[in-house]
Amino acid sequence: MNELHDAVPARDVALEDIEIDLFVRALKLRYGYDFSQYAPASLKRRVLQLAHTQDAATVSALTARLLHEPDLLQGVLAGLSVPVSEMFRDPEVFRTLRERVFPVLASYPQINIWQAGCAHGQEVYSLAILLEEAGLYERTQIYATDFNEKALSHAQEGIYPSKEARLWSRNYLAAGGSHSLADYYSARYEYIKLDQRLRRNVIFANHNLVTDDVFCEAHLVLCRNVLIYFSDPLQDRTLALFRDSLVRGGFLCLGTRESLDFAPSAVDFTPLDAALRIYRLGARASGRD
Amino acid sequence: MSAPQAIVVGCSAGGLTALEVLFAGLDPALPQAIAVCCHTGSSTVDLLCELLAEHASLPVTEAREREPLQGGVIHVAPSGYHLLVEADHRFSLSVDARVSFARPSIDVLFDTAAEAYRDALIGIVLTGANRDGAEGLSQIRRHGGLAIVQDPAEAESTAMPRAALDLAGADHCLPLAAIAPLINRLCLP
Repeated sequence: MNELHDAVPARDVALEDIEIDLFVRALKLRYGYDFSQYAPASLKRRVLQLAHTQDAATVSALTARLLHEPDLLQGVLAGLSVPVSEMFRDPEVFRTLRERVFPVLASYPQINIWQAGCAHGQEVYSLAILLEEAGLYERTQIYATDFNEKALSHAQEGIYPSKEARLWSRNYLAAGGSHSLADYYSARYEYIKLDQRLRRNVIFANHNLVTDDVFCEAHLVLCRNVLIYFSDPLQDRTLALFRDSLVRGGFLCLGTRESLDFAPSAVDFTPLDAALRIYRLGARASGRD
Repeated sequence: MSAPQAIVVGCSAGGLTALEVLFAGLDPALPQAIAVCCHTGSSTVDLLCELLAEHASLPVTEAREREPLQGGVIHVAPSGYHLLVEADHRFSLSVDARVSFARPSIDVLFDTAAEAYRDALIGIVLTGANRDGAEGLSQIRRHGGLAIVQDPAEAESTAMPRAALDLAGADHCLPLAAIAPLINRLCLP
């Protein structure tokens, strides 16, 4: 073999995995946050990244600090959820919500929407804007939940880097927005701040999909790109939680690349638009596909 | 390394032609699973899959989360998501921050595939305009896998293969046309 470079030193993956396991157990035993059912590959990357940003030489060193310094917890949780999203991500999803889901929601005197895993809130504001433009927002209650307090407070502030605004404006128009996104935020220095009136019917609350239960009766549940981080059993448990939270004929909207093929609870949902991962609760409700 | 079970390939935008040449040259009887991370500016990889399928000797499909890597199939990372390989040889996706300015990132695919397949993995870095893939290729080598880099001298963009050679080195540094024949030799029983 034509060796162009000496082999780099081998990694002790078995040891790394023990460290990750101990970290996850420490987090659960000490603080009650259970990440043991998260998809291992991305969880490991996040923990290693966290150790790096916290200047911990090893994951074990991070674990020791986590056990003894409760102040570290929220930062660790933030590092483990690293929510990255944009407003109106996958515009055709929001267009379809507007065109095919909102008309059904309009038939209810009071509309409850649960945004599960709201992260920094981009989709909460996207939804509020679309509901406002559809004339439905006055009778809508949005429950925006996340297990991460830092993310929740970020979501409540609604402040984002202004460099995002151009893409988000394009998304908004592609989603069928009828004004200009700029009508809904004010720009200052490097940041935009979403119009706080959009928050008037939003309740931000701490809820952990891993451990917490049904807390509302929803007509629409949005949970996009959250279950991709869950193992099959946790994905299935969460789908059952959504099922139990939804009214009959209620809607579920997942991320466009999520797969339900390994979740027995998926049988309770009928695709409204399979490609966009928008479903209705109930066997053969009134969906197509 | 032990008998290869999977092959991962990385290139950046502009790598389409290189991928076409590589996949056209592969033996249709190749039993290994193949996963590709190609930086594209578009919002889906439908067109990329279509174009590759026209040339490839093996079926091409977008990688789906939770699905097992399938032997003899070329899986393309979806646009806008990191593609990861779990220890049980199934795909998972993440929308974590960009790595090496990219999502999907070659580093993420290579790094997780290296952990899942250890020394039964082949990593290939082709033409590309940034450093993504260098760190991942180095991880593949640290797990005892085999590293192949397209010769920067003939690559359309030299930065990516150059960065891979600088950081990770390679077991083989070859012109594009020689890579598929080598894979066939290494991978066919």
